[in-house]
Amino acid sequence: MEYVIEMLGIRKEFGNFVANNNITLQLKKGEIHALLGENGAGKSTLMNVLFGLYQPEAGEIKVRGESVKITDPNKANDLGIGMVHQHFMLVENFTVTENIILGSEPTKLGAINIKDAAKDIAALSKKYNLDVDPYAKIEDISVGMQQRVEILKTLYRGAEILIFDEPTASLTPQEITELIAILKLLIKEGKSIIIITHKLKEIMEVSDRVTIIRKGEGIGTVVTAETNPDQLAELMVGRQVEFKTEKGEAHPTEEILNIENLIVADYRNIDKVKGLNLSVRRGEIVGIAGIDGNGQSELIEAITGLRKIKSGKVTLNGKDITGLKPRDITETGLGHIPQDRHKHGLVLDFPIGHNIALQTYYKSPISKGFIMDYRKINEKARQVIEEFDVRTGQGEMTPARALSGGNQQKAIIGREVDRDPDLLIAALPTRGLDVGAIEFIHSRLIEQRDKGKAVLLISFELDEVMNVSDRIAVIYDGTIVDNVYPKETSEQELGLLMAGEKRKAKAIKEGNE
Amino acid sequence: MSNRVVNILVPLISVVLGLLVGGIIMVVSGYDAIDGYIALWNGIFGDAYSIGNTIRQITPYILSGLAVAFAFRTGLFNIGVEGQLLMGWLAAAYVGYAIEGLPRIIHLPLALLAAAAAGAFWAFIVGFLKAKLHVHEVIASIMLNYTALYLTNAAIKSLSDGSFKTPTVLESATLRNQWLREITDNSSLHLGIFVAILMVVVMWFILEKTTRGYELKSVGFNKNAAEYAGMNVNRNIILAMTISGVFAGLGGAMEALGTYQNASIKAAASGIGFDGIAVALLGANNPIGVFFGASLFGSLKYGALNMPNAAGIPEEIVSIIIAVIILFVASGYILRVALEKFGKKKEGK
Repeated sequence: MEYVIEMLGIRKEFGNFVANNNITLQLKKGEIHALLGENGAGKSTLMNVLFGLYQPEAGEIKVRGESVKITDPNKANDLGIGMVHQHFMLVENFTVTENIILGSEPTKLGAINIKDAAKDIAALSKKYNLDVDPYAKIEDISVGMQQRVEILKTLYRGAEILIFDEPTASLTPQEITELIAILKLLIKEGKSIIIITHKLKEIMEVSDRVTIIRKGEGIGTVVTAETNPDQLAELMVGRQVEFKTEKGEAHPTEEILNIENLIVADYRNIDKVKGLNLSVRRGEIVGIAGIDGNGQSELIEAITGLRKIKSGKVTLNGKDITGLKPRDITETGLGHIPQDRHKHGLVLDFPIGHNIALQTYYKSPISKGFIMDYRKINEKARQVIEEFDVRTGQGEMTPARALSGGNQQKAIIGREVDRDPDLLIAALPTRGLDVGAIEFIHSRLIEQRDKGKAVLLISFELDEVMNVSDRIAVIYDGTIVDNVYPKETSEQELGLLMAGEKRKAKAIKEGNE
Repeated sequence: MSNRVVNILVPLISVVLGLLVGGIIMVVSGYDAIDGYIALWNGIFGDAYSIGNTIRQITPYILSGLAVAFAFRTGLFNIGVEGQLLMGWLAAAYVGYAIEGLPRIIHLPLALLAAAAAGAFWAFIVGFLKAKLHVHEVIASIMLNYTALYLTNAAIKSLSDGSFKTPTVLESATLRNQWLREITDNSSLHLGIFVAILMVVVMWFILEKTTRGYELKSVGFNKNAAEYAGMNVNRNIILAMTISGVFAGLGGAMEALGTYQNASIKAAASGIGFDGIAVALLGANNPIGVFFGASLFGSLKYGALNMPNAAGIPEEIVSIIIAVIILFVASGYILRVALEKFGKKKEGK
């Protein structure tokens, strides 16, 4: 059997922490090999070892049967290893061609030869059915297209082995389908692929074999055709996992949030929310489904008081909160799990305990007017940490920065839920988290609903919206284009609604009936 | 190697390395390094008089260091400590000589308060410009440094009818203390050191114990999260700058009421404010750290004055040596990385 890459018994330590221990991953030529593991399991560390960003403490790496030492990413490039990062490394106001040749610009008589490069790129794009315009500017093309530029970049540099880090994280359902087709075409052309992911559905659909790691340990490699999502989840988490969070019927009562004709501009003063109407009632979870950039961020920031409202009216708990300060809105009964946990959710330099006090620090019993009672803060923090299963190294004194993404998120959710707000806004609450943490967070959201509170969930993940929401409001170009119910809709219909194809979506629905 | 050990080792090794390189510089320039360092040592600790003056030198550094460190901790770079200090200097001197007939227990605190208020006001302008008009604090405070220098010079000139210094502060406003002078063999040591130490405690208390301190730190570390949590970011920026100015202004009072007993016209900035940046960095922006940073800085500065006399080393070389030592201490980060690598290797074996 021919292996193009063999990572044998890899061990990587950071101080006293073992990120990878005795992990073996063997990539066959022409296969799609999934690397599966929870957040913080050591997937990225392992791939960074392969890409030359880290040096392993023990173990051997073989490329095409030969033992190699990959000292830096350039060496990896020379060995034909290319990486498509989760966060694209592109210069926004450069063209596709300029981005691809960046760092290895072809020259003709000392001047950069864009024309020939563009021709090569167009040819590559055609060969792999990528449909990329070499002269398009990055800022003008969609996220899916940008990802293809990243793929082209690795191909242009002669990569034979492509590593994809969470490639579907920011794609729409249609884009995901297209990406999978591209992956299969790449294989057909003789490339080999490693795909890092924790989305089991995609693994089942696209991969040939799966290597699972858990808490830094290699658990083993299985053939995709001989396994199923339940088994994979169990291997990854180490226990049985429920996928569809159990929940009963919703019993919505009185209206708690009402938004009328809301118009909000972004930082460039371009309208992003364009006359939006929305109503959320007690006892229901309303999911906002939509592609990133259709006004979701501006909508949340407007409701929470972080962004100016141009016109329209927002009512919370019967009180007009339009234009109020964030604290006044919070006190009216709002909890907010922010979209970006590092930007808004946490003060990363504070211990996690101080972060848990972020919304209540000025109130008794924590603040006695002028003096803070840090003992009370720590008491509260320990309670939230315990109740929300936040795994920390040194309890409430652990720096927030040192926590994994999932545990940071659990701490934020703990902080917000603990205040028991009438309306909880959860913006991308499970972004980048693994199935175990997702399951936990979903059940907490449903618990709030069952207590008669309202939840407004914003998500780019269709699965999440479909599973958790009682009602789905589809946002497109700054307005809610339709309200649908999870039981009566399909991913296809939602996908089309999210893309602004309301008429097509209707046609499909009627065709089905 | 544990963190604690590294934290203590790094500054120690840095100082030793700095001394070594400083020694090499002396040898290369043709001077006796041992003689030079003996002169430095004697200049700092040689006798009671030197010790007294060293402590006197440390005093304003503690305060200017606190001013810079406080601003850093709240996310601001106060490069205007110099100007705030000059304003405090003049205010303390003026109140110190112009108000007559008050008992010392009122007059001295009043003069200190005037200095604090003057420094605070000068820093408030910077905070206000940043919060309301988004003027970067570095630009505003640099410009206000010049403004303060020429404004105080002009004021001194007119207050003293054309002379180059204000009248001497009254006995009721001075920080001088007979007992302190006597035990240090008539040095110019004054009560200011206690004010400085008190301020170390005050800074620690504000940041670590008060509700406002929690807000100031939150705004400093992450403005967005502070806003999310309903804090008033602009008000906190202005307040942080103003408190920083209080420390700076008091630094000026140390000179006005303690060391010089007046305010005099200056051709250039005093340098204490700028050195405060180095002191704050040496002390890792921690109030206790600032105390030690100021001690090192002040000792070297004062002790070095003895090197030209006692060892015949020219002032210029002395300045280079002091700068090298401080450079090594400030680049402790490099040493820290090296130590951690070394520690890991040892553990591995």
